[in-house]
Amino acid sequence: MSKTLISCKSISASYDGMNVLRDLTFSVNEGDYLCIVGENGSGKSTLIKCLLGIKQVDSGEIIMGEGLKQTDIGYLPQQTVLQKGFPATVGEVVLSGCLNSRGYHPFFTSKEKKRASESMEKLGISDLKSRSYRELSGGQQQRVLLARALCSAKKMILLDEPVTALDPLASSELYSVISELNQKYNIAVIMVSHDIENSVGNASHVLHLRKNGYFFGTSSEYSDSESESKFI
Amino acid sequence: MNENLKLMLEPEFFRAIILPALIGGIAVTICASLLGVTLVLKKYSMIGDGLSHIGYGALSIGAVMNLAPLKIALPVVIISAFILLRLNENSKLHGDSAIALFSTTALAIGILVSSKAGITNDVSQYMFGSILAMSTEDVIISVAMSVIVILAFIFLYNRIFAVTFDENFARATGVNAGIYNMIFAVLTAVTVVLGMMMMGSLLISSLIVIPSLTAMRVCRSFRGVVITSALISVISFLIGMFMALLMNTTPGASIVIVNAVFFVIFSIIGKFRK
Repeated sequence: MSKTLISCKSISASYDGMNVLRDLTFSVNEGDYLCIVGENGSGKSTLIKCLLGIKQVDSGEIIMGEGLKQTDIGYLPQQTVLQKGFPATVGEVVLSGCLNSRGYHPFFTSKEKKRASESMEKLGISDLKSRSYRELSGGQQQRVLLARALCSAKKMILLDEPVTALDPLASSELYSVISELNQKYNIAVIMVSHDIENSVGNASHVLHLRKNGYFFGTSSEYSDSESESKFI
Repeated sequence: MNENLKLMLEPEFFRAIILPALIGGIAVTICASLLGVTLVLKKYSMIGDGLSHIGYGALSIGAVMNLAPLKIALPVVIISAFILLRLNENSKLHGDSAIALFSTTALAIGILVSSKAGITNDVSQYMFGSILAMSTEDVIISVAMSVIVILAFIFLYNRIFAVTFDENFARATGVNAGIYNMIFAVLTAVTVVLGMMMMGSLLISSLIVIPSLTAMRVCRSFRGVVITSALISVISFLIGMFMALLMNTTPGASIVIVNAVFFVIFSIIGKFRK
């Protein structure tokens, strides 16, 4: 039995006064690959904020296991327009992922610099270290942000729509990198996606948020239930 | 030897007028350029401009009520900075239009109040600034401010980078982004008020915006942008001041022109490096 990293027990949360998450229960274990899908307004973003501890749940509770803290989740946010032209080197961006282990020390230590270069190695971007972030392609930029997420991750990464705005080739490359992180390094992955067809394939579990209710189960259970619902 | 230059180097004149202007000026330009890097990258460039107009309104009211200008302008501008940053975050009223709304209204109030009271001349120095009339008090506040801003940039450098580059990520890793935004609002407000006494309400935002834009033409790293923009701002200030004294031009405007020339030069260098 693998250990539970995060478990949500009948959580409810609201956004702008609207109750978007209702009585939601699911858990993520070590080494899981959970894909969260759902249409706009189904509460995906609100759920992410709750998982990261940026937002409080209205009721229910989120229990972290294995000594994990919410700030230990490696987060890959959606890219903003501002970032695309940002003057910073890849090394600077990746290193900023080590901030959560800093406490109140103002400067990075050699240990953290080592951690940053290991993350870059895992994603095959070590050669980009002194390149400027703004000169990279969309796929490369996502890898850089993934390396940054890895720096702050203890056992889990949370990816918010990682392939939006990438071309099909870059998307499939990114998916395989994510699968590799999951399988080779045993990092639990939570991925929020619009792209149900391509993202569910790699996942071990699926959480499908709907306006009324939700589905949570393994990906094979999910494809069974989906094909059933298509026939009906 | 040029008559102006001779006067400038007269020991007494130098000590009483030029030296305070140089010290205060360098301090304010360093503050403005460092804060400018973050403000420009977060697309808050117009906040400096908006705040300076609000500051003008506050200073006019202060002058009419016979209050020390700094004592009324500082709190008003700091509060406005908070409000403007807030409006930028939860943008029911879009950030840039909010700035236009607030700043023009404040400017109009300032003009109305000062013209009714018949003190337009006294107040117009805040429009165009008067760096050669910096009091000892102004110089001390400017230097203290720049020490605070420089220390903040050294000790909070990594967090400032994180909040500037990606506020969502910074929040998720436990950085209290709200506090950093607040610190920025206060520091920017103080810098704007000091800068507008020196450069004038119309030109202060150039000190915030141009040096970092110039640095970004060429520098590839954030650290490079921060350091280069501080250096450019100080060099532009010194050249501008020297030109102004030598050719008897307005100091504020001369400094802005030198900054703009640097921007053009760096843009050309940046193009060739690609």
